[in-house]
Amino acid sequence: MAPAKVQRNQSRSSSGKATSSPRAKRQAAIPKAFTREERLDAFRMMLLIRRFEEKAGQLYGMGHIGGFCHLYIGQEAVVVGMQANLKPADQVITAYRDHGHMLAAGMDPKGVMAELTGRRGGYSKGKGGSMHMFSIEKHFYGGHGIVGATVPLGAGLAFANKYRGNDNVALCYFGDGAANQGQVYETFNMAQLWGLPVVFIIENNRYAMGTAIERSSSTTNLSQRGLSFAIPGEQVDGMDVYAVRQAGARAIERARSGKGPIILEMMTYRYRGHSMSDPAKYRTREEVQKVRETHDPIEHVREQLLDEGLTDDELKKIDRQMRDVANVAADFALSDTEPDPTELYTDVVVAN
Amino acid sequence: MPTQILMPALSPTMEEGTLVKWLVEEGQDVKSGDVIAEIETDKATMEVEAVDEGRLSKILIPAGTEGVKVNTPIAVIDTEDDSEESQAGEIPDTKPAAIDKGHADARPFDVDVKAPRIGAGTQSKLEITLGTETVVVTMREALRDAMAEEMRRDPDVFLMGEEVAEYQGAYKVSQGLLEEFGGKRVIDTPITEQGFAGVGVGAAFAGLKPIVEFMTWNFAMQAIDQIINSAAKTRYMSGGQVSVPIVFRGPNGAAARVAAQHSQCYSAWYAHVPGLKVIAPSTPADAKGLLKSAIRDPNPVVFLENEVLYGSSGAVPTGEDWIVPIGKARIAREGRHVTIVSFARGMTCALEAADQLAKEGVEVEVIDLRTLRPLDLETVLRSVRNTNRIVTVEEAWPVCSVGSEICAQVAMQAFDDLDAPPVKVSGADVPMPYAANLEALALPSVGQVIAAVNSVLYV
Repeated sequence: MAPAKVQRNQSRSSSGKATSSPRAKRQAAIPKAFTREERLDAFRMMLLIRRFEEKAGQLYGMGHIGGFCHLYIGQEAVVVGMQANLKPADQVITAYRDHGHMLAAGMDPKGVMAELTGRRGGYSKGKGGSMHMFSIEKHFYGGHGIVGATVPLGAGLAFANKYRGNDNVALCYFGDGAANQGQVYETFNMAQLWGLPVVFIIENNRYAMGTAIERSSSTTNLSQRGLSFAIPGEQVDGMDVYAVRQAGARAIERARSGKGPIILEMMTYRYRGHSMSDPAKYRTREEVQKVRETHDPIEHVREQLLDEGLTDDELKKIDRQMRDVANVAADFALSDTEPDPTELYTDVVVAN
Repeated sequence: MPTQILMPALSPTMEEGTLVKWLVEEGQDVKSGDVIAEIETDKATMEVEAVDEGRLSKILIPAGTEGVKVNTPIAVIDTEDDSEESQAGEIPDTKPAAIDKGHADARPFDVDVKAPRIGAGTQSKLEITLGTETVVVTMREALRDAMAEEMRRDPDVFLMGEEVAEYQGAYKVSQGLLEEFGGKRVIDTPITEQGFAGVGVGAAFAGLKPIVEFMTWNFAMQAIDQIINSAAKTRYMSGGQVSVPIVFRGPNGAAARVAAQHSQCYSAWYAHVPGLKVIAPSTPADAKGLLKSAIRDPNPVVFLENEVLYGSSGAVPTGEDWIVPIGKARIAREGRHVTIVSFARGMTCALEAADQLAKEGVEVEVIDLRTLRPLDLETVLRSVRNTNRIVTVEEAWPVCSVGSEICAQVAMQAFDDLDAPPVKVSGADVPMPYAANLEALALPSVGQVIAAVNSVLYV
């Protein structure tokens, strides 16, 4: 089956429609176009995530990372485009394909990788692993392993913003698989009823583990899943970091201004299996190859940067820098010590 | 033929109520279904409809009368047609309905606890000291007062749940809170336990201190993933970064005649989970002091109340400083022959058995665990080392129960002190039946506790 819905042009036109109509006031808060520096920043961060994930895949294959390890390769534009719109106190929460979200939130690659290898320098002191990491400092609230459970949690973060009367926004990421969970709709209802400042971001990578969206979902336009609750939604080309940033800017501005929740369905694709142990028999090698060749989010930006006059050498230098960051993270994650055995019984409850 | 109108029950656990006002006068004609009076209990108000057509010949209970027992005749209707004599004859006669009364007698627990239990027996050092000014309130009021005081003290504390605001609480525990604190802090939710439990946990991630009320803990099974996977485990799996200061509370265990899906005790389920604190009070004083501790605690707390105990009264110290520490059991009655360990509604049964055994010269020490996680094993073991015999009493199912854990710990840590094998008294190992006689058989009884005590005494 071909990834027909991951077509940049199709999705671009839908997001293009949305940019042409908004009110003047809202438009003022929306950035017009990428500056060269913004495009370079996006390029750097997407490359960092990809090189980090490739490295994590290698370490997993070598037995240094255990358990489940869900790689974000292919989906980098989603989190990088969204993060570009956030103020420092805005919150982010996601499920278990979370390494990219943490890096984009500014968390230290060494701390993330050391958590993957279960070392004391990991963000959760080695007790959480790939799926359970947090950084209060960066307002990243996990990193959760239960499909769908993060959606009410994200609305709860937004609830706290509204309760406190600040103008922070919570970004709540979940997948096309989670979009069929009942608690998602319980949350949609409350979020709209109470006007919570939350942006629901459905990362539709077309496969809920091994089940294609057409085989799991009676309606496949997930952006319209909020209609029963009067929550607006739009499909966004999740392979185009600029399209993501623009749609994200509009959605976040809307939530921040008190107009309540909104859904962004990011049309994206993961190149790797659901987890490292996934043989990926449910899709063809050609399907993956086609997306990589024609819709890769990083290649897309690389071409644009070349068009803007950057040289291939300059871009390769950035790539080497990001590889180095990933390598340094891996070196730390392998050399750091395991948690002290006394850590087994710490952090269960707060001592008071 | 006169037909008597009886005081109706508003809920499975109601025993009496107030006849607020009559909407008809003596001598007035009424039709079946006409609203003729209003009655209320401390948790609900209801209209009374005429059960037959005729003339209201006599009002037996005047408006404003309090404490009218269920099934007491409150008025008489004279039906006009003599031919309906046989039909009228089927209406229950003046005495309270035999079935209901019989059921109440068969119940192992005295629902209407008039005498404050906290005054019974000798109190441990943790308890209300002599000279402390107290006021007698119901468990329901004690819980409400705890929430109100903590909400006044800390603006980050808020209450959310089904019917907690405008309805004033499904069991009237949140009565008056909406009026005092407003809709921002007392929040009615849709009927979506999993969703609002998750919203509460997310708000707690962000540092607020939610009190999430479940209409009953039975419904919280829809939300148990959020309670365990999201609330209990997050501090550990974040390496200590994220605290979850939240209280989940509501009635737990069997009410009366509500059958299997509304009558389960979840004590062991939650006591099993590291990362949670679990509380199950049996007196108003403990309920207030422990709920205040729970709200102030930086960890997720599961607070198991009991619908049958909501109306029970007891002395509670006045003032806002009454705090009962989490994790400390209470010696409700001192004794030297046998230790009974119980909690929540099991305490009613345990104390009644102790009273009866005392008449036979058996001095029972009764320990109210109050907190089920962390368990105060020290107090239990100290007692067992004195009495050398232990019986546990609880409403829950017997397999892997709190009593199982107590017995296991005592066997492991005080084996040489025991003069008899520990005995567990628990609910029957069946889903709760509806029939009154079967329900009574499914719950622990005073007789079972006395038999258990006698068995560990080899008498």
